[in-house]
Amino acid sequence: MLLDVKDLTVGIGIVEPLSGISFAVDRGEILGLVGESGSGKSLTALAVTGLLPLIGGRITSGSVMFDGTDLARLPETKLRPLRGRRIGFITQNPMTALDPVQRIGPQVDVVARMHLGLSAAAARAKTVDLLTQLRIPEAAVICDAYPHQLSGGMKQRIVIAMALAGDPDLIVADEPTTALDVTVQAQIIHILATLVKERGLALILITHDMGVVAQICDRVAVLYAGRLAEAREVRPLFAAPAHPYTAALIGCIPRAGIEPGALKGIPGTVPGVAQYPTGCRFHPRCPKATEICLTAIPQITPTPGGTVACHHALEVAIV
Amino acid sequence: MTTLAPRRALKETAILRALRSPTGIIAGVWLIALVLMAIFAPILTSYAFDAQNLPGAYAAPSADHWLGTDEFGRDLLTRMMYGARTSLSVSAIAIGISVTAGMILGASAGYFGGRFDRAVTMVVDLTWSFPEILVALMLVAIIGPGVTGTMTAIAVAYLAQFTRLTRAQIMAIKGETYVEASRSLGASDSYIVFHHLIPNALAPVLVSAMLATGDAIILEATLGFFGLGAQPPTPSWGGMMSSGTAQLFKAPWIILFPGLAVAITVIAINLFGDALIRALDIRAKSRGT
Repeated sequence: MLLDVKDLTVGIGIVEPLSGISFAVDRGEILGLVGESGSGKSLTALAVTGLLPLIGGRITSGSVMFDGTDLARLPETKLRPLRGRRIGFITQNPMTALDPVQRIGPQVDVVARMHLGLSAAAARAKTVDLLTQLRIPEAAVICDAYPHQLSGGMKQRIVIAMALAGDPDLIVADEPTTALDVTVQAQIIHILATLVKERGLALILITHDMGVVAQICDRVAVLYAGRLAEAREVRPLFAAPAHPYTAALIGCIPRAGIEPGALKGIPGTVPGVAQYPTGCRFHPRCPKATEICLTAIPQITPTPGGTVACHHALEVAIV
Repeated sequence: MTTLAPRRALKETAILRALRSPTGIIAGVWLIALVLMAIFAPILTSYAFDAQNLPGAYAAPSADHWLGTDEFGRDLLTRMMYGARTSLSVSAIAIGISVTAGMILGASAGYFGGRFDRAVTMVVDLTWSFPEILVALMLVAIIGPGVTGTMTAIAVAYLAQFTRLTRAQIMAIKGETYVEASRSLGASDSYIVFHHLIPNALAPVLVSAMLATGDAIILEATLGFFGLGAQPPTPSWGGMMSSGTAQLFKAPWIILFPGLAVAITVIAINLFGDALIRALDIRAKSRGT
């Protein structure tokens, strides 16, 4: 495994917004990190890239093994050369992810110049090459454009190019398609999937779109309120979700030909970090909750193709 | 895909665009003419700024002396051209120092925050709470009258404005996604400050510096009027007005023309600054579009 996160716990001040998260991803694989807003997906991404101090957070326990080194124990001076070089990061909103007063070319060039020590000309050649691979027409001309002259889909490809420019082994993409049109979303997802297969990258795809997960991911980690609900291979997960939350998320996927009004939601909202319920954090919204869910934290147990944390996992799987 | 901008620096095109508006071109032409007059004063006039001619004192504007002569018979137009040197260079250099220092202070305070930020903000707010003229008068009283004293006084008087503006800009920009993106790809603190934060904060600070130069000319003239600016025989607009007050009714041109020069120049700088704001489209940019 290229990246192996074990029992990751994150603290911000006195609260613990993330606890006991474990997942792994290898080269050539896509891991989907799913959950509603506020379930801790982006925080997990920050923990993996070592950017937690930016928001005043820290890894309090657990390990983030990346290619044999534990990123959780690495000081900032050792982490910075890894960022962009070995771990690429694609931010949430492509509309604001590019510096408005710099041309596109230099913004992408600088990553290769900084991490690979390329000359200005070599870096530009690499940039044009990358942009062409990402199917941007007239890449050399686009290099001279300012971000406001490009469409959202274009900007997202530029952001992907920046993440790829240092030839990384792992890419973390934080909801790369949320801000885009549906048609463009499909293109970007396709581009990411192709890159993973062609370059043997490992990709952590953070999303709340179970449809996207079903299409391209190899593994899935479902987060709920800062805890891992279920982490499994994609096929068994969709065939027989072991956690009621996963089942509910799958029930939220809109399908063509669905009866009007038949699309299910999940009643209630994700609790804030100060209001985490006792026992299983999903119990207030769970259709299967019983006495034990109110008091006991469910242990992570093996299930076909991965692990699950639910007192009633077997029953769900059977249904 | 819209058409791509030609390869030209942002600031260059903005200044050209500012000159294309009607008020911008009028103001711009006045300012350029003034600077050229100040630079080429020795070529443009046959008189020396300090050549006294007592029999010809208090002469009204005529073909020989276009703007008349002062109490020592010195040519007023000549003295105004040389006075423009003092007024413009003192104001521009003082604001230049002030902007540079203000940006460094404001950017580091805004970026690093914490105790350093609180210390800088407190000191700067202390000078901010007095009118500029009071701060300037106090500093001139300490340093002593003259060009150096005036420059220092003006630079310190406007420091608070630029520090506060830069700090606010930096604090807003450092939360932008592209800063986070740059950091997540391995950029260092200094790269982020010099390549992302300062270039993005620059436009409003430069326009504010432009407008402050107008105020600085008034401040320089005021200090000169009180006899605290450039010392005689070096001409300055404020000093000329000061010597003209005694002959307000006998020879009103002595105070009138330098006064007009100050007024028109300040108006021109303000109009050009407004045109520059429109050309830079600062409000649209601060939305991050």
